[in-house]
Amino acid sequence: MTESGIPSRKKRLEFLMALSLVAGVLWTVVSRVPSAVGAPLSNTPSPREGFLAPDFTLDTLDGGKVALSELRGKVVVVNFWATWCLPCREETPALEKSYEQYKGSNVVILGVNLTDQDSMREVDSFVQEFGLTYPILLDRDGRVSYLYQVKGLPTTFFINRDGIIRTVLVGGPMSETFIRSKIEALLKEVP
Amino acid sequence: MFPYLRLGPFILPMASLALLAGFWAGLSVIEREAARLKINVSALSNTIFYSLLAGLIGARLGYALEFPAVYSSNPLSLLALTPTTLSPSAGLVVGLIVFAIFVQRKAMPIRPTLDAIAPGLALFMVFVGFAHLLSGDAYGAPTSVPWAIRLWNEYRHPSQFYETFIALTIFLVICERLPKPAGAGLNFLLTVALSSASRVFLEAFRGDSIFLPGGFREAQVVALVVMAISFYWMRRWMYSGLEENTSDLTVSNGTLKNADKRR
Repeated sequence: MTESGIPSRKKRLEFLMALSLVAGVLWTVVSRVPSAVGAPLSNTPSPREGFLAPDFTLDTLDGGKVALSELRGKVVVVNFWATWCLPCREETPALEKSYEQYKGSNVVILGVNLTDQDSMREVDSFVQEFGLTYPILLDRDGRVSYLYQVKGLPTTFFINRDGIIRTVLVGGPMSETFIRSKIEALLKEVP
Repeated sequence: MFPYLRLGPFILPMASLALLAGFWAGLSVIEREAARLKINVSALSNTIFYSLLAGLIGARLGYALEFPAVYSSNPLSLLALTPTTLSPSAGLVVGLIVFAIFVQRKAMPIRPTLDAIAPGLALFMVFVGFAHLLSGDAYGAPTSVPWAIRLWNEYRHPSQFYETFIALTIFLVICERLPKPAGAGLNFLLTVALSSASRVFLEAFRGDSIFLPGGFREAQVVALVVMAISFYWMRRWMYSGLEENTSDLTVSNGTLKNADKRR
């Protein structure tokens, strides 16, 4: 390279940088999606953050029924558990405390028991032992845990008022602080 | 996708393991490059370690500050090992501040130090893409292209493959430049500029973008700003590098022949 080659090299690099920036701006403009503002990432339900939570209807331990779709407009925490799962046992008091704290507000906590891998007697004594007052749902045929692709226990889904999953936590135990911070974040969201 | 590995009662998140492996591999490359650039390797390793530690603490405190009532009633929760209760932006800011303080206090040359980090950073980005591949995060937008993959109940762009492939290309480009830097600090800036440019390009194929008013993708806008800042500093440092190189050689040799070799 000669002395006169240095300025020309500078110019060439400057041109490349400017061209890259212009191309980047154009690509950003071309690839924008005005219709996506405020919309969910997908209208296809999937057990993933950012997706609509798959709907289900299950019997409750006290003989009632709960349909997830009927809870639209409320913040919903869906916790999959079983009596033989140690972290589930450890996080149950935190779930109960959180439920009591938010009772009467637009927050629902659902404990979905994997009844196909559990026994009703154990479930009953578990509920008695911890004095649980939040709804316990019975997934008798494992259909809902399959729908939510539950790979390990406990698994918890935090769903906003529009029915969109915001946080998925596989494993545990969750602390009360963790549960409350996630609920507060969802309550802060403008529906 | 292979998000979790079950080992008895334990559930191992594979993406986190990939990130840990990426950190280890990146740090090894950084240490080797630091030795090549005659930078104090242990000082740089310590700086990176303390910056990461400070970043983690900052990320947790940043998250806790969003929910002061929740954390003030149970301050011990600040020590919980839960990665989903971190604020990445707060962590990044605190980590960068601590990095700058350490570099200054240990009197490390800033531009060569950044250059030493460049290849390790580029390699870490390859592992980030691989982590996304394992977890299924950073998934693509629905599409009907022949190479679409079925993921999360739809055919989508294999965005994690795009990301990993481009990150690997950037790593190879950066490594290719290592023996012949055109000026101190430029390898680092080039790494940041190329990574930002790839984000601007690839974000258009992502299905999990956050949208700003007008339908602009937030990540693209941020990456464009980072790219512009990188180019600005590249231009400044390239000029000063060239001038320094030119004047050094002109004074010592009276010719520019060796400057060409260095470049």
